[in-house]
Amino acid sequence: MAQFPERPSAWGGLATLLDTPQKRYAAIAVILVAMAVAPYIFGSYGTVILTNALLYVLLALGLNIVVGYAGLLDLGFAAFFAVGAYTVGITTLHFGLNFWLALPLAVLLAIVAGIVIGAPTLRLRSDYLAIVTLGFGEIVRITARNLRETGGASGLIGIDSPWLFGWHIRTPLDFYYVFCALAILGVIASVRLANSRLGRAWLYVRHDEDAAEAMGINRVKVKLAAYVVGAIYGSIGGAFFAANLGAISPESFSFRQSVLILMAVILGGMGKIPGVILGAFIVILAPELLRDFGDLRLLIFAVGLLLIMLFRPSGIWPARSKR
Amino acid sequence: MSLLDLKGVSLSFAGSKVLDAVDFSVPAGRIVSLIGPNGAGKTSLFNCITGFYKPQQGSIRLDGTEMLKLKPHQVTQLGIARTFQNVRLFREMTVLENVMSGQHSRTRAGVIDAILRLPSQRREEVEIRRIAEECLSFVGITEGWEREATTLPYGWQRRVEIARALATTPRLLLLDEPAAGLTSGEKEELIELIRRIRNERDICILLIEHDTGLVMRLSERVSVLDHGVMIAEGTPKEIQSNQRVIEAYLGVEEDALDL
Amino acid sequence: MSIFDIFTNQLLNGIVLGSFYALVALGYTMVFGVVKLLNFAHGELYMVGGFAGFLVLSFLAPYLGPGWLGVAVSLVLAMIAVGFLGVVIERVAYAPMLSAPRLSILITALAVSLVLQNGMLTLTKGQYVPFGAALGFGGVKLGNLFISYNQMILVGVAAALMLALELFVSRTQYGRAMRAVSVDKDMARLMGINVNAVIAITFFLGSALAAAAGSMAGAYYGSLWYFMGFLIGLKAFTAAVIGGIGSIPGAMLGGLILGLLESFGTQLPGVGSEWKDVFSFSVLILVLVFKPTGLLGKPEQERM
Repeated sequence: MAQFPERPSAWGGLATLLDTPQKRYAAIAVILVAMAVAPYIFGSYGTVILTNALLYVLLALGLNIVVGYAGLLDLGFAAFFAVGAYTVGITTLHFGLNFWLALPLAVLLAIVAGIVIGAPTLRLRSDYLAIVTLGFGEIVRITARNLRETGGASGLIGIDSPWLFGWHIRTPLDFYYVFCALAILGVIASVRLANSRLGRAWLYVRHDEDAAEAMGINRVKVKLAAYVVGAIYGSIGGAFFAANLGAISPESFSFRQSVLILMAVILGGMGKIPGVILGAFIVILAPELLRDFGDLRLLIFAVGLLLIMLFRPSGIWPARSKR
Repeated sequence: MSLLDLKGVSLSFAGSKVLDAVDFSVPAGRIVSLIGPNGAGKTSLFNCITGFYKPQQGSIRLDGTEMLKLKPHQVTQLGIARTFQNVRLFREMTVLENVMSGQHSRTRAGVIDAILRLPSQRREEVEIRRIAEECLSFVGITEGWEREATTLPYGWQRRVEIARALATTPRLLLLDEPAAGLTSGEKEELIELIRRIRNERDICILLIEHDTGLVMRLSERVSVLDHGVMIAEGTPKEIQSNQRVIEAYLGVEEDALDL
Repeated sequence: MSIFDIFTNQLLNGIVLGSFYALVALGYTMVFGVVKLLNFAHGELYMVGGFAGFLVLSFLAPYLGPGWLGVAVSLVLAMIAVGFLGVVIERVAYAPMLSAPRLSILITALAVSLVLQNGMLTLTKGQYVPFGAALGFGGVKLGNLFISYNQMILVGVAAALMLALELFVSRTQYGRAMRAVSVDKDMARLMGINVNAVIAITFFLGSALAAAAGSMAGAYYGSLWYFMGFLIGLKAFTAAVIGGIGSIPGAMLGGLILGLLESFGTQLPGVGSEWKDVFSFSVLILVLVFKPTGLLGKPEQERM
């Protein structure tokens, strides 16, 4: 039989490039060392930017599960980011809760919100989800703007930085390493999900809903799982974001935020973890490089997104390895 | 004792009757064929049985359990598997992954199990893989498991689809025109495969097929559907000599029953 | 003010608001009916329509004056310009994607919307732009209710446009072709209907109606903003869903209902104007949960 192409995987061809355990361990070691020394190379401003990029890696990995794996368009992802941030902000400021107790509460709330929004809409045509999530994103932002508890338009300030086994996480460098750890955990969880029963089911439902149902897969339940897992990623990202900055305001969770995260997922390559990481770095680093362009930056991104969709829908990261 | 029982199943779309009070049954342990001219409603009947269409009236029971209100995935869980008229394998996924889909409803690992790689999850993955490999070997596909399924030759794709249906461990297997597009050599292999599925795995077979030669050789019972009405039911011999059946087929050009 | 006065005032506000929503919702619903696409960029066409009207008016005002005559001519020219823009968007961005997976075309539509939005952001530097119309403040007093001429003309024009559309769809050959395409594209093609032409007409009409709403909103409220299409796009979608997506009378009805719901909803205790949008999105979610086919929509096609 003729040689058939390898199918694209979550690793986007990296698996064939790094085909022996030795090569893989070497690659992992290089990445870890690079992550560890990066702050000393790029200086304090660079560290802040990198931390932000890592936050985006985490958020984009979460949205990638919804969009890249399950094929659902979520235009209000920032809402879950907000749920995480505000839960930590409110419970630590108003109720004096410890960050590590607020975190699971944030996750729980994100799960509830994900189910409330997802369960009814995921039964309908998939495009309805896009609009409903857009509406939900706005509901969350407007609510945050108008409640006393969320500090209104000016938001919340003075959120405490957390302690971890006697380590007070407070300097930008501390948070850089925390976000490194979160991004690594995010990647591990994403990979494991992709290679699981549920991960396969997302792809089945995405490629052919009817055939998937004929195989005994409950499409609503499976999509809801993707949506809720994405929500959890968003919420965890939001919780640490709040702890890092110590201050949050509704405008951090606007439609534009949702769009930027979505761009990170699509520009690099939906469904492919290296692509999503690349996309997150592009979205955060490009504005730094395009600083002189001012308002034009967003237009450049928008045009880039359109061109990607028209000419290279699989994203910048190569779809499959050439062997 | 019949495994599948349909009573008075009626289905209409936008006012036009597709199925009209269809009574139909599949006896346990048999290979049954459903034939009829194009547009007779055969695939619609399949879609009613598998929960994709909701008949307005009637009752559909599998081994006594009413399935009329069930969704497709629940029907599959009860033990009915199907293939599609135009092969519908999952694109961009390997042959093995395609077949692994069948075990989804028989397993339960969720998000947490997967993220933590719990021992139970790993055992389940091994088992899913083992069953998928066994089903593929059973249909005669012993290589190319890691290839993208939709790049396989057509005849192979048909067999992968059957393997995928077998992986749901069904009691009843519905095949929608399994011989369409196959070469005569492949048709012989298909007849052999369908017999083995019934004999070795004790799975009841219901097939829709246009190749009447194949139907007459393979089936033990034949039912004939015409314009949404079940017009005859019997052994292949009885059907071949049934006047109404002959008329139904003669009434339709280009689709004469090749008896 | 008595309860009755509040009621009539909100009724009037609701009808004005509802006219805008209905005009924009029509384009949403028409495009959805014909190509089964949620055109996210539709709200941006409203925004572009507003700016197009502004641009034309600033050229014409020296000759026709900034009153209703100048506005009317700019409205028509803006409708034509944005109508063509809609056709171009369909040809360039959507036509190549119609056979692609649903997700790809949705993202493409989003990308188009972001290009329009951020293009205008770049042009206007994010500032509010005064529309430059001078429509006067006259009106009629009915008891305690004051109805301005502007409101009357606005609602009248919206109603006339909707009536014209309804006649076009129900009486003309193109309208029949449009309905045929929305029922079954392949069958329509077999019957000799030029499907691409029908799609182009649909985008033209839908975009032109959005532009009409945008220009009128600019003239009525007095200023334009690059982000003004975002919210109304969402609201118009909500209106289209309430009425039953794909249904033209449904979009008109849905627009009116949403306009009234919003203007009365903000009078409810605890629902101040800052909660107006939350209120309408909640309505959207509730409608989708309990009656996804809307008031006048046909039930979702059986699957397979």
